[in-house]
Amino acid sequence: MFFNKLRNCLTGIVTLVSFFRAGTAAADWKLNMTRGVTPISHEVYDLHMMILWIVTIIGIIVFGVIFWSVYHHRKSKGAVPAQFHHSTKAEIIWTIIPILILVGMAIPATKTLVMMEQTGDADITVKITGHQWFWEYEYKNEGIKFVSNLAEDSRNAKVLGSGVDPWKVNNYLLEVDKHVVLPVNKKIRLLTTGAEVIHAWWVPALGWKRDAIPGYINDNWAIITEPGIYRGQCAELCGMGHGFMPIVVEAVPEDKYLAWVEATKKAQTEAEAAAKSDKDLTADELKTRGEEIYKTTCAVCHQPTGKGVPGTFPALDGSVIANGPLADHIGRVLHGKNMMPAFGNQLSNADIASVITYERNSWGNHTGDVVQAKDVKAAR
Amino acid sequence: MSEAVSHHEHHDHKPTGIGRWLFSTNHKDIGTMYLVFAGTMLFIGGAMAMVIRAELFQPGLQFVTPQFFNSMTTIHALVMIFGAVMPAGVGLANWMIPMMIGSPDMALPRMNNMSFWILPFAFTLLLSTLFMPGGGPAGGWTLYPPLVLQTGAAFPFLIFAIHFLGISSILGAINIIATVFNMRAPGMTFMRLPLFVWTWIITAFLLIASMPVLAGAVTMLLTDKFFGTSFFSAAGGGDPVMFQHVFWFFGHPEVYILVLPAFGIISQVIPTFARKPLFGYESMVYATASIAFLSFFVWAHHMFTVGMPLTGELFFMYATMSIAVPTGVKIFNWTATMWKGSMTFETPMLFAIGVVIMFSIGGFSGLMMGITPVDFQYHDTYFIVAHFHYVIVPGILFGLIAGVYFWLPKWTGHMYDEKLGKLHFWLSTISVNVLFFPMHFLGLAGMPRRIPDYNVQFTEWNQVASVGGFVFGLSQLIFVYLVYKCVRGGEKANDQVWEGAHGLEWTLPSPPPFHTFTTPPKVTEAMAHS
Repeated sequence: MFFNKLRNCLTGIVTLVSFFRAGTAAADWKLNMTRGVTPISHEVYDLHMMILWIVTIIGIIVFGVIFWSVYHHRKSKGAVPAQFHHSTKAEIIWTIIPILILVGMAIPATKTLVMMEQTGDADITVKITGHQWFWEYEYKNEGIKFVSNLAEDSRNAKVLGSGVDPWKVNNYLLEVDKHVVLPVNKKIRLLTTGAEVIHAWWVPALGWKRDAIPGYINDNWAIITEPGIYRGQCAELCGMGHGFMPIVVEAVPEDKYLAWVEATKKAQTEAEAAAKSDKDLTADELKTRGEEIYKTTCAVCHQPTGKGVPGTFPALDGSVIANGPLADHIGRVLHGKNMMPAFGNQLSNADIASVITYERNSWGNHTGDVVQAKDVKAAR
Repeated sequence: MSEAVSHHEHHDHKPTGIGRWLFSTNHKDIGTMYLVFAGTMLFIGGAMAMVIRAELFQPGLQFVTPQFFNSMTTIHALVMIFGAVMPAGVGLANWMIPMMIGSPDMALPRMNNMSFWILPFAFTLLLSTLFMPGGGPAGGWTLYPPLVLQTGAAFPFLIFAIHFLGISSILGAINIIATVFNMRAPGMTFMRLPLFVWTWIITAFLLIASMPVLAGAVTMLLTDKFFGTSFFSAAGGGDPVMFQHVFWFFGHPEVYILVLPAFGIISQVIPTFARKPLFGYESMVYATASIAFLSFFVWAHHMFTVGMPLTGELFFMYATMSIAVPTGVKIFNWTATMWKGSMTFETPMLFAIGVVIMFSIGGFSGLMMGITPVDFQYHDTYFIVAHFHYVIVPGILFGLIAGVYFWLPKWTGHMYDEKLGKLHFWLSTISVNVLFFPMHFLGLAGMPRRIPDYNVQFTEWNQVASVGGFVFGLSQLIFVYLVYKCVRGGEKANDQVWEGAHGLEWTLPSPPPFHTFTTPPKVTEAMAHS
């Protein structure tokens, strides 16, 4: 194990050296902020560049004076120390000039900030809820609601010691199972809120990030001017899955957007009907469905192996809950305990029934129990 | 002089054995303990930083789980801020303030002992959490609820450790204020105080004003967790954002608590090696006081993205930008002090010039972040990590190191190894820039902070930063060896040590006897500002 790690490290160093040798052709070496694809992001980028140039010029002047002094006013060159120790004129000058520069920066900054706050008159409103550790999107007027999870190949690759090469994973850690589809050239109002802890929704190409805070709804806006796929991440520490809840915005022309709305709504209605029907499923159907849900929802803590993380997250494999009375197991999933969230308001009855059936009949657990949606409904 | 030394040593009754340290009321011994403690914490916190840089060397998780990674970032910050930088500043204050103002000791010597000995216990509490079920605190050093309330068994230990650290700091601050206000030698008026003493008085007032706020905030966390209150829970009628306001009302002055003593040190060092009086002594004092005063009105720039009203955002943006003015005054004054001096570049001077330049780089990125609309992009990215590490490492830490090199010959009576010192400076300066400068690029390219793993596009600069980090970490071992060697022996240092040194501490023998200035010296204008 240790040698593997060492080898990985050495490979890394070798890659690093070869990058230097080969020049920048193969590598990213990205230096600057994206200019983005919204009016806000353009303003923000221009402000950023303006201030960057101002501080660079100030830096060159001040550091230039210091280096000039260090070079010329040294004892080894026979410099005799002057004895001046103040100059009111100089001090007034280097107080006034910075104030003028700051005022010069504040004016465009204020304008941009005022513009960013104009969230009214939106064509589309999307409510974004941060969960531990995925994003939920609700298109208010369209009646669409879905959750967006880290894509499965990234999810498998990011496990400690998975041995999967991140370079071979499609958009490692920046891909999700369901994209947020938005039309271009429409004013979109994006509301952010948090479910249990604070998150922050950030797509750099839109030009801003905003915290998603439980009990608060923050509003923001964007007009995306170019179709494309724009990736982002959660930017506020939200626990151990913080690095693993990316955001993918897909900006498309309006007709494609409308088609997406239609299709998504239809699929959603069917899925809802199936979930609400609470009709009995076969043991195999439950297990297959349960495994899917387990991987996206439970494996983050309890691990795909069901063995948990000793001292932090309990194992399900061979656990008292997963092998004991059914009612306790359903209750734990519905209501949570300590760090474990209550899934009662996140998952449907059928989902909870499936995942419990899966957990009770996987790894070393062989209870043979089959839980149906109606059992969960009764326990609520 | 040798006669005077032996005469002093004749009366030099040092307690012996472990009791000398456990029951010490001597400002020099307590100062030494503070510095040794700070050095130890620097390496513990540094080891955690090495874990972080090793994990971030390449994409994918290689060494640690995300949960452990988060507790590394959390505890690294707490250890470095409360265990390394603050105690180092207090250690230097303990050693030097009485010797600089002509006082025999600190005003409250027993309290001095207590404020030091609280620290090892507080950090034992904090570090023991790493071995508890559920691991150490992993919600970030900023302790934001509701996340921090998910901490397991470590939670009460974390809160009580912070309470203890706060008590220790407040006691230290009271002692410094009492000492400077009451124990100055005749003729040592306020406007004749060395700048290091001035920056420490102002720091002490900042501590007294801000530490109780932190104590209040973490107490509310404690009652939210264990006693059913909902100060910070929206569901119970509380407000999670209120914690951030209260925390940063402490947190921003805390930044200046860390930085002002370092500013004081380089205000002593630069005139000494430029052989020229400090330029604009009075404006330095007023600039320091203004920075401290303004620091209470800018806290919300740490949380622009929580969604404040426009007027609030504008207020905090303008207030933040205004801090650039007094900070600029300080930078310009140091530059003017060097201008037309007769400079030599012994190690303390090298570190001091390094501070002026690299702290300015941190200041520039700070100004950029003060612009609210752009901060919406910078916030919580590696750009921020680059910024505050530029301020704290080559800014503050280099300042403290400059102070150690500056006064080491005075403390030990030996000159340190100048060649090793210069090697330490150049290795540290080059590696610290290789470590932190690329983080600006990572942040601008879109890498959030506090993530254990990243997309492959961020690999290259992370590898550069990690290599810089490992070299920087190893370079500090040179410092440890150099200090050890200097304590053990070396070329004898004379009383003045440095050709351009002025001030009361340089009139004492090197090393100073156990008790100094038992008869107060007389201070004249010529002595104070020459």
